[in-house]
Amino acid sequence: MDAEITLRVDGEAHRLTVDTRTSLLDALRERLGNTSPKKGCDHGQCGACTVLLDGDRALTCLALAVAHDGAEITTADGLAPAGELHPVQQAFLDSDAFQCGYCTPGQVCSAVGVLEEFERGWPSHVTEDLTGRPEMSHDEVAERMSGNLCRCAAYVNITPAVQQAGGAR
Amino acid sequence: MTDLLEPRAIGADLVRRDGELKVRGTATYAYETPVEHPAYAHPVQATIARGRVTAMDTAAAEALDGVLAVLTPFNAERLAATDDAEYAVLQGQDVGFRGQLIGVVVAETSELAREVADGITVRYEELPHDAELSADRPDLYAPEQVNAGHETDTAEGDVAAAMAAAEVTLERTYSTAMYHNNPLEPHATTALWESAGDGFLTLWDSTQGVHPDRAAVCQVFGLEQEQVRVICPYVGGGFGSKGLPHANVMLTALAARALPGRPVKLALTRQQMFFLAGYRTPTIQRMQLAADSRGRLSAIAIDVVEQTSKVKEFAEQTGVPTRMMYASPNRRSTHRLAALDVPIPSWMRAPGECPGMFGPEVAMDELAEELGIDPIELRVRNEPDVDPETGKPWSSRNLVRCLREGAERFGWSGPRAHRDGDWLVGTGVASSVYPTMRQATSTANVRFEDGRYVAEIGAADLGTGAWTILPQITADALGVDVADVDVRIGDTRYPVASVAGGSSGTNTWGSALVVAAREFRTKFGADPRDGDEASGDVDQAGQDDTHSPYAFGAQFVEARVNADTGEIRVPRLLGVFGVGRVINPRTARSQLIGGMTMGLSMALHENSAWDPRLAQVANHDLAEYHITVNADVGAIEAHWIDEHDPYVNAMGSKGIGEIGIVGTAAAVVNAVHAATGVRVRHLPVTLDKLLTALP
Repeated sequence: MDAEITLRVDGEAHRLTVDTRTSLLDALRERLGNTSPKKGCDHGQCGACTVLLDGDRALTCLALAVAHDGAEITTADGLAPAGELHPVQQAFLDSDAFQCGYCTPGQVCSAVGVLEEFERGWPSHVTEDLTGRPEMSHDEVAERMSGNLCRCAAYVNITPAVQQAGGAR
Repeated sequence: MTDLLEPRAIGADLVRRDGELKVRGTATYAYETPVEHPAYAHPVQATIARGRVTAMDTAAAEALDGVLAVLTPFNAERLAATDDAEYAVLQGQDVGFRGQLIGVVVAETSELAREVADGITVRYEELPHDAELSADRPDLYAPEQVNAGHETDTAEGDVAAAMAAAEVTLERTYSTAMYHNNPLEPHATTALWESAGDGFLTLWDSTQGVHPDRAAVCQVFGLEQEQVRVICPYVGGGFGSKGLPHANVMLTALAARALPGRPVKLALTRQQMFFLAGYRTPTIQRMQLAADSRGRLSAIAIDVVEQTSKVKEFAEQTGVPTRMMYASPNRRSTHRLAALDVPIPSWMRAPGECPGMFGPEVAMDELAEELGIDPIELRVRNEPDVDPETGKPWSSRNLVRCLREGAERFGWSGPRAHRDGDWLVGTGVASSVYPTMRQATSTANVRFEDGRYVAEIGAADLGTGAWTILPQITADALGVDVADVDVRIGDTRYPVASVAGGSSGTNTWGSALVVAAREFRTKFGADPRDGDEASGDVDQAGQDDTHSPYAFGAQFVEARVNADTGEIRVPRLLGVFGVGRVINPRTARSQLIGGMTMGLSMALHENSAWDPRLAQVANHDLAEYHITVNADVGAIEAHWIDEHDPYVNAMGSKGIGEIGIVGTAAAVVNAVHAATGVRVRHLPVTLDKLLTALP
């Protein structure tokens, strides 16, 4: 069964027809040709498909496209205009926070989401004082970035990159 | 001796050339190639571990709107070569392991292909399977050789006599688990056969080497090299599992052959990768050490038992590092295999050295404890003057410097254990080693084009940094600014290059680039004209056969174990390596910390939990097969000593992709022992193995 939906992706509106079983990830990659979000597990276990969905980080492999008619999606490719980089992307380059690059767009989107969550004062599992504003410490960032697997294991570069982009230290 | 390059660009901390594409997500991986009107393939897998497919009901599937092809052993075309049973997809009805490919569905959408593939009814004649490894199986056998052409068994002197005569002896059995490479990018292929003519096949394949990939495909399909092009500019990690093509590549090519003119895409699911993409065999290592009271070894022996698949043999060379690591007059190493009804094991980061430095490096720690000698000092006392296996002098061996510098940086001196509140804290050390290899085949072209230097070689960048460091090597070989050099890789249109494996890529391709660049300068001087071109082969580069080339290292771990819960944390992991000249410190550091972190992952998390009743990995996805995540790592530091090795190659480089994972797990075990008194000899170190012994 097919359904017609509208997705706004990286600032551009798209009208498309999808199988109702189509994940948001497959809609982006296979229907719209936006392969910035990656498929690493298709089960919400690796984080490679992370985008900003209506402003929050979300796993597109666990979302059905048909359930997100009208959604505003930003992929890593849409974070900055062509030829420019988002501060998180620049920090990833500066820190060599990746190797093969396959988890990277998901890490980058996740990091943008994490910085926004700090901005909102959201606590995490490792936040000691639930009444204050969480600090952008190593442990806080590492905890919040742990849904994004990196098999090349650039973690010790990813955490400082996120902190750098967040203006922390 | 090799004529070493004057380093100018070499050693520079340059940002990855492919970095911007990767942080935006616009680097195109194999499945992402923009192709016109792709079709989607989904495999059918055997649901028994041994037996025969007797029937497959595909009629309903074939009649469905949108289904383009359904291939099974009963209708698939016959392949030109079927001697490699892994590649002989759909060529027979026999099932050799659970998850084996027995069909493929091609459809207009991925959803439909998957639905149809999962709905095909398969009838089997099931036979009992045998899928449990143990060291006391009566049918263990000695393979003709082990991976990389090493001898199966070696012996020198008389280990038994030395054990009987020694002041101190140690006999222990260690084991490492089954591990799956799990690169983040699943194994994926887009295949397109031309619709007319003799057939020209294009494969966009996720591979560690486009040329070896093409050679395998040509063999299986009976094609000439000119008929096949393989393209792979970016690889989402491989760790050995994309070093050789697996059956999925042949299946995709076969599926595309049924639909000439139509590109067919197939990516293994994460779950399928646990059956089809190779893995590291579990190993059982019986170690024997004999020493005098001062710690001088009189015997060292390792007897390895591991598994292979009845479908295709792979023998991991686990005993190899014991042959050369420490001095001892009496030495023995053996490998025995159990051939089982299991998926086919293959390369995983540092095959041989990674598991093979677990048992020995824990045993050395146990011996040091027994003797009351510092474990660094024990290693220093057994430092061999020459390679014990070959008798050749080392090209350079700086293990002791790495141990000493690591001890200094880590703060090794003083007590190895203390208690910090609820946490038992301990420190551990282990050695790392990896051979410095150079492959026999690779060719590079250097050309002057529109005022720039362009080097072409069919090499691969799996995240290792080849896109960035090959220009550095070429620039120094030409004597020009690195900004004036472009390098093109990842396509069989460029000259033949060896696999990115065995930490040999840079050594091999770099050597060919240096030959080509020097040839270019000899031919065209300092002021070339547009279109001037020269080529060079690695076999024209100087080769030293009189020295034994290895990289060495030392890894230090601080482990903290919760006294109540047994929870294990590793806040500090520090490595010092002697890896020759480092081409790019930025990418080099990433490779070393990446290897060390994967070693930490092996120590604490990774374990393909094998269910012998079903003959499958029970935890075959990333929710259950745990790898180290961000919150698991503390401070991980990689350092290297200033090492000058004139014997290895013109760059003076040794290869760094694998040594980082070697020794880490032993260092973790040794630190946990210092913290708790519990010696975990069977990986992974999990809290259930510590709880009963905690205070």
